Amino acid sequence: MNRIKQLFQEKKNILSIYYTAGYPNTGDTIQIAEALEKSGADMLEIGFPYSDPVADGPVIQASSKQSLDQGMTLNLLFEQLKDLRKKVTIPVLLMGYVNPVLQFGVEKFCEACAEVGVDGCIVPDLPMVEYEEFYKDCFEKHNLSNVFLITPQTAEERIHKIDGLTNGFIYLLSSSATTGKNLEVGNTTEAYFSRIKNLNLKNPTMIGFGISDKQTFDKACSYANGAIIGTAFVKAIADGNLEESVSNFMKKFKG
Amino acid sequence: MKYKVNEKGYYGDFGGAYIPEMLYPNVEELRQNYLKIIDDADFQKEFHQLLKDYVGRPSPLYLAKRYSERYGANIFLKREDLNHTGAHKINNTIGQILLAEKLGKKRIIAETGAGQHGVATATVCALRNLECVIYMGEVDIERQAPNVARMKMLGAKVVPASSGSKTLKDATNEAMRDWINNPVDTHYIIGSVVGPHPYPDMVAIFQSIISEETKKQLLEQTGSDQPDYVLACVGGGSNAMGMFYHFMDDENVKLIAVEAAGKGVSSGFSAATTYLGKEGVLHGSRSILMQTPDGQVVEPHSVSAGLDYPGIGPQHAHLFKTGRGQYVSITDEESLDAGLLCTQLEGIIPAIESAHALAYLEKMEFKGGENVVVCLSGRGDKDLDTYIKYFNL
Ligand SMILES: Cc1ncc(COP(=O)(O)O)c(C=O)c1O
Repeated sequence: MNRIKQLFQEKKNILSIYYTAGYPNTGDTIQIAEALEKSGADMLEIGFPYSDPVADGPVIQASSKQSLDQGMTLNLLFEQLKDLRKKVTIPVLLMGYVNPVLQFGVEKFCEACAEVGVDGCIVPDLPMVEYEEFYKDCFEKHNLSNVFLITPQTAEERIHKIDGLTNGFIYLLSSSATTGKNLEVGNTTEAYFSRIKNLNLKNPTMIGFGISDKQTFDKACSYANGAIIGTAFVKAIADGNLEESVSNFMKKFKG
Repeated sequence: MKYKVNEKGYYGDFGGAYIPEMLYPNVEELRQNYLKIIDDADFQKEFHQLLKDYVGRPSPLYLAKRYSERYGANIFLKREDLNHTGAHKINNTIGQILLAEKLGKKRIIAETGAGQHGVATATVCALRNLECVIYMGEVDIERQAPNVARMKMLGAKVVPASSGSKTLKDATNEAMRDWINNPVDTHYIIGSVVGPHPYPDMVAIFQSIISEETKKQLLEQTGSDQPDYVLACVGGGSNAMGMFYHFMDDENVKLIAVEAAGKGVSSGFSAATTYLGKEGVLHGSRSILMQTPDGQVVEPHSVSAGLDYPGIGPQHAHLFKTGRGQYVSITDEESLDAGLLCTQLEGIIPAIESAHALAYLEKMEFKGGENVVVCLSGRGDKDLDTYIKYFNL
C-alpha cells in the first residue's frame, strides 16, 4: 500500500514538513529528511526549486534561488534520493512547478519518483484538466498520489471533482496566499475549515500555508487530519548546526 | 479561424491555463465572461468612444516617403506612437478597465517593462477612479525613469521587483503573487498576449483594432487591403498580435515578427525567444521560452525594456511553429541605429522596441513596389537617455 494512505489510516494530527532540496547546502537534502523523521515528522515534502515560483513568498523564493545557484537540478535531486528508502521510512512527496517536470519528461519523472521511493507529488501550477488528460495514467501506473490545493474561494463542485481525482490527501490553504503568510484564524477561516470538514470528502485533508507554532498547528488539527509547515521550517534551518536546528524546531510541536 | 484559440484555451500545442489553484477562481471568472462582456453592444460603444475621443484613434497609416525611396517599396508606418500615452498599450488597458468594472473589481494591478503598459494602466485607473498598483523591475525603474514619474503623477503605486533579473519577468511574478494574495476585489491587467487563457485571446482582441484600421486605411490608400508584408516587434507580442490579427487568415500577407537579439543571439545576452527557446510553461501558459535543460527560466537581455522578456505569447508560438509567421531578430545596436535613421528620415523618434521592427527593413530585399506595413508601436520619449548615451548626443 502507498505509504501516504497507510499514514492517514494509522495516525491523527499529522505533521508534515516542507523544505527546499539543496538548501542551505546542496548536500543537505537527505540529512534533513533523516533528522526530521528522527525528531517526529510524519511526512515530508521536498521542494525541487524553480526560477519563477509565483506561489511562493520571499523565504521559499530565497531558498529556491540559493539552491539553484548552488547547482540543484532534478537529475541531481534524484541522484541524492537514490538511497532514500534505506534511511527514511515516512511518506515523501516532491513539490515543485510544472516546467522542470516537463523538461525532465513526465514519464521519466514518474519512473524516477517510483524508483527512489517517492510517494506523491504536489505541482501547484499543473491544472486539473491537464492532469486528468496527460498525467494521471502515468502517476497511477507508478503508484504516485497527486495532491491538489483548495482555497476558501474554491467552489464546492470543484472540491468534489478534486476529491475524485486524487488519492493521497487534499491540501487546504488557510487562505488564498503565497507561502509564508501567517495564519490568522478568524471566524471566516474557521467557517471555511468547518465547511470543508462537513463535506465528508473521501480523501483526508491537510491544512497548510502560515502554520508556524504549536497553537496554529493544534488549531489546524482540530479541523483536518494534520498540517503542513514550510516557511517557518525553512527559516529555522537557514544557519547553524542542521541537526540541532531541526530538532529544536520540532520540539516546539512534538514537545 | 485557423490560428485562433480553441474552446480549451489552446493554439495548437500552446496556451492553456497553468496556474495555481489560488488564481483559478479569478481566471475562470474571466474565462466565462470575457467574450460575453466584450461582445455586448454597450461595451463596444463605450470602448470605441474612448478609443476615439480619449486615445485619439484611428491612428494614422502614414506612407513614409523617404523610407520608401530608401528601400524601393511602399513603407507604411502604423502610428501607434501617436496614441495618448505614446504606445499601443492603451488599446488593451482601455478594454480591460471597462471589463474590470463590469466584473465589479475595485483594485487594479499590472506589471510593466518599459513602463508604457504601467503608464497606460495608471492612466485608465485615473480616468475611472480605481486604485492602481504597478510592479516594475528595479533595472527597468532605472532605465525608464520618466515613465516611473508619470505613473506616480497619475496616482499609481510603483512597487519595485527585486528578484531575478529585476526586469519584466520578475515584475510579472510579483503581480501574480499580488493577485494570489488579493483574490476577491482585484483585477490583473496583463500588458501583453501572455498569461493563462483567456488573457492572450482577450489582449489580442483589444489590440486587433490596429489591423482592423490598417485594412481600411490600406484599401483607401492603395486600393487593396492586402499588403505584402506586415512587421512588428515582439516582447510578449501584443502589438504584433494586434498588427497580425486581421491578416492571419490572409495567407498571402507575410507576417514578420522581430525579436530582440540583445548583444547577439549567441552572446548569452539576448531575448530572441524563438531562436533560443524551447517549449515550456511560464506565467500560466505553455509556449516557447528561454530556459536551461533543467527547465529553469533564463534571464534575457535587451537594450529595450519592453522586449526584455524570456517568452512569447502562445499564439506567437503557434504562428512560429506552423510557419505562418516569420520570426527574426535584431541586435541592440541595429535597433538604436534604426531609431536614429527613422528620426532623421521621417522626423519620428521611435521607441527602441519599435525600432527593432524598423531595423529589419534594412535586411529585407524588395523587388520594388511592395506594400509594407510596420507597426510603430510607440514613441521614443522614454528612451531619450539611452539614445543620448549611445550616440553621444
Ligand atoms: C512601444 C512598445 N512596443 C512594444 C512593446 C513590447 O510589448 P508587446 O510585444 O506586447 O507589444 C512595448 C512594451 O513595453 C512597448 O512599450
